[in-house]
Amino acid sequence: MALADEVLRGSFHAIGKAISLVENGAPEGRDLLERLHARVGDSLRIGLTGPPGVGKSTAVDEMAAVLRARGEKVAVVAVDPTSPFSGGALLGDRIRMSKAAGAGDVFMRSMATRGESGGLARATQDAVDLLDASGRTFIFIETVGVGQSEIEVSRAADCVIVLLSPESGDGVQAMKSGLLEVADIVAINKADRGGADRLEHDLRTAFELGLRPRREIPILATQANAGIGIPELVATVEAFVFARKASGAFQERRRLGMEDRLRKIAEFLVQKDLWGGEGAPERVKEAAERVLRRENSPYGCARALIREALR
Amino acid sequence: MTKDSTGRKFRVIVAKPGLDGHDRGAKVVAAALRDAGFEVIYTGLHQTCDLIANAALQEDADAVCVSILSGAHMTIFPELLDLLKKKGMDDVLLCGGGIIPPDDAEALRHQGVGRLFGPGTDTRDIVRYLQEEIPRRRPRP
Ligand SMILES: Nc1nc2c(ncn2[C@@H]2O[C@H](COP(=O)(O)OP(=O)(O)OP(=O)(O)O)[C@@H](O)[C@H]2O)c(=O)[nH]1
Ligand SMILES: [Mg+2]
Repeated sequence: MALADEVLRGSFHAIGKAISLVENGAPEGRDLLERLHARVGDSLRIGLTGPPGVGKSTAVDEMAAVLRARGEKVAVVAVDPTSPFSGGALLGDRIRMSKAAGAGDVFMRSMATRGESGGLARATQDAVDLLDASGRTFIFIETVGVGQSEIEVSRAADCVIVLLSPESGDGVQAMKSGLLEVADIVAINKADRGGADRLEHDLRTAFELGLRPRREIPILATQANAGIGIPELVATVEAFVFARKASGAFQERRRLGMEDRLRKIAEFLVQKDLWGGEGAPERVKEAAERVLRRENSPYGCARALIREALR
Repeated sequence: MTKDSTGRKFRVIVAKPGLDGHDRGAKVVAAALRDAGFEVIYTGLHQTCDLIANAALQEDADAVCVSILSGAHMTIFPELLDLLKKKGMDDVLLCGGGIIPPDDAEALRHQGVGRLFGPGTDTRDIVRYLQEEIPRRRPRP
């Protein structure tokens, strides 16, 4: 397949098209992932999450600028929510990414959640794999940023940065939101706004109180729109990754993340065969009638449906 | 419909090139397209043609809609069209809106620019136009 070769060669045009294929669940997309899987795994995946408007895109743009200046090949996948009413989406993360995107050698893709609730889209990891295979060395994943159910990104990324700002509330709110539980590094952004010291103090107290007792969580102050604290943030990410690789925790996390992903894919495939396979609606109808005629139990029939679908 | 049978959703870039700072129109169109089920990539103010074309490439956009109120339409549209072609995006629809005299619009249409909508256009017309034009230009998944 020519597209696979083009992706491997790093063509932005091909990568753009390839991501659409996996995003749309097209068979060509799945073929592509099959062909490229042996080339996936070398990139570093960095997740960014935090409340809406805290400065995630700005921070990614600045980090990308630091890394590309060093010759790294950077990519960004930024996820925004799909409207449950229209199925459409307004993807606005590019607005704050003109520095990196403007350089023309950073690949930046906006992605709508299309109904997924964990802060990422179903195809986010597939897209990241394609970017990885294409030779990108650093891949940023920006989540929806609702401050809830951000667990997905901690499975997809090697390192998760949680951005907070003095405006987004105090340390207690940050604890409540569950954001801190996925944090490997915390950046207190909009440090220019005042109250950053207070928030940092709150967070340190929270961590000391045993929220995450087994690990030191670095806390940094940043001012993303001015690039302040960004080189330090990049250095902190790299130190984190270095330490995790040395201890084996890096690979362990990738394995756990992959276990999770395999479970999801397997469930997805089974569901597809169950409800979308040939003759599926008729089989369900028949099974329902059997239960109502008291020939079999609901559980017995459900199991039979699964057996038939997987045959 | 804003997706076809393959499950693809229509992706549209809404951009505001040039120096004027009025992006109300662009925002209204972006919101209308979202409400009609499109995935809209909004790129914000002061975009260069190069930035817009790069965005179209990376986002695999089906269409690029630009709003120009500065009077620079006779330079921006041809430049964008040229960039899209150079980057291999011949099938990507370029259309837009703003205050564009009929003669200019006609000249641009001859060069390959899609429809240009004047101020006060009903956003439903824009939605309908894109829904018809996109699958015509890009039938594949
Ligand atoms: N004062 C101040 N403003 C900032 C800082 N960092 C970012 N901003 C501004 O905050 C606003 C939101 O920034 P984004 O980068 O779009 O935030 P985001 O978290 O990506 O937002 P969503 O993706 O919509 O959740 C923009 O106007 C930025 O310019 C900062 O350190 N200080
Ligand atoms: Mg953002």
